[in-house]
Amino acid sequence: MTRVLMAKVGLDGHDRGVKVVARALRDAGFEVVYTGLHRTPEEVAVAAVQEDVDVIGVSILSGAHMALVPPLLDELRANDAADIKVLVGGVIPEADRAKLRELGAAAVFDQDATTDAIVEWIRGNAGRGGR
Amino acid sequence: MTARVDAIDPGSPRTLGRLITRIENDPGAAAEIVAGLWNRTGRARRIGLTGPPGVGKSTLADQLITAARGGGLRVAVIGVDPSSPFSGGAILGDRVRMLRHSGDSGVYIRSMAARAHLGGLAAATRDVAYVMEAFAFDLVLVETVGVGQSEVEIMGLADTVVVATAPGLGDAVQTLKAGILEIADVLVVNKADRPGARETVMQLREMRRLVPHHDAWDVPIVETAATTGTGTAELWDAIRRHGEHLRTSGELDARRSRRAEREVLDLVETALASRVRATLRHDGEPAEILAEAKRRETDPHSAAKAILDRLGPPSRG
Repeated sequence: MTRVLMAKVGLDGHDRGVKVVARALRDAGFEVVYTGLHRTPEEVAVAAVQEDVDVIGVSILSGAHMALVPPLLDELRANDAADIKVLVGGVIPEADRAKLRELGAAAVFDQDATTDAIVEWIRGNAGRGGR
Repeated sequence: MTARVDAIDPGSPRTLGRLITRIENDPGAAAEIVAGLWNRTGRARRIGLTGPPGVGKSTLADQLITAARGGGLRVAVIGVDPSSPFSGGAILGDRVRMLRHSGDSGVYIRSMAARAHLGGLAAATRDVAYVMEAFAFDLVLVETVGVGQSEVEIMGLADTVVVATAPGLGDAVQTLKAGILEIADVLVVNKADRPGARETVMQLREMRRLVPHHDAWDVPIVETAATTGTGTAELWDAIRRHGEHLRTSGELDARRSRRAEREVLDLVETALASRVRATLRHDGEPAEILAEAKRRETDPHSAAKAILDRLGPPSRG
């Protein structure tokens, strides 16, 4: 059973998108741990380790992705959890997507991505497999 | 495998997280892991927290974590949420209410989906509780799915069962019904700052007076408002007093021995059932009897008895 943690990091309070994705993942047969708004990278890493998820989905609409994603990746490495795949979703400019990938984000989905695309990516890349 | 289990680092949350996942996904691995850690289990206090959806169980759990941490106890929490009967997926949201503890290395929180299991827990919850004990947590707090009236499995897992309710969930008839309220060692009326709390407390008091008690424990009714913390010190105190009562009365040993018996019988029954199913899938007399029943040539009771007679020595009585 594939486990996914969905989080909003930083001060951005727009959680409609993350909730829509969480529901789509549930309907695809994944177990989704939802941690709500205003999380710090440290909190997300600790929760991901305790929940032993396969994937972390972080939603960032504020533009602070370059400030928030690298510390999350660092925290995961510090917790022996670099194998947990980090998916970044939100409003991410083209130029930053490649940078985030280079830093260790497994994939970046922009605001036009469909939930089907996210489900397929997780099935193909992080699979203990849904049902 | 047992050797590897012995070598694990009991301080590592990464190791604990991975062990729990293996227990959830693979019953064979669960059996080996529990056997390997067995001599490190049995020292934790187990508290169960149950009640209908939306009464504030997770928020109460958050407050209980704070109280336990104040006493220096290391706390592990299992929060069970329901799985979708259609997709098998789940949204696990209990830890949202407990986020202020995420920087505290003395607190470990794990969300579990119930998967196909009924009864308020997941099939793997029992074994996960053992592994948490083995990782030197002093308190294992288990929050059930939001329950109705008959999901009482938590009493087979916890030393102390806390049943939470809230005002406005029904009139006095609801409290007369058998089931969930009967298993409470401590009753909580949460959201006690809302209208109707006093009536709910009075109805529970009336019910408690009428329910026969098996031991000398007088079930306390505690009023809380978990979002503000009102009454949670009293709740923690009631739980602590029940713990003392369990020890001094000998009821703790009695409960744990009943739990062990039930657990072994459950495992035997589950294994027997899968053996029987395997037998029925192969050609032979039992499969023929089943086929007769499917054609309505034999009634279900006679067919079951005939199959059992062919599987082993007939039951006496």
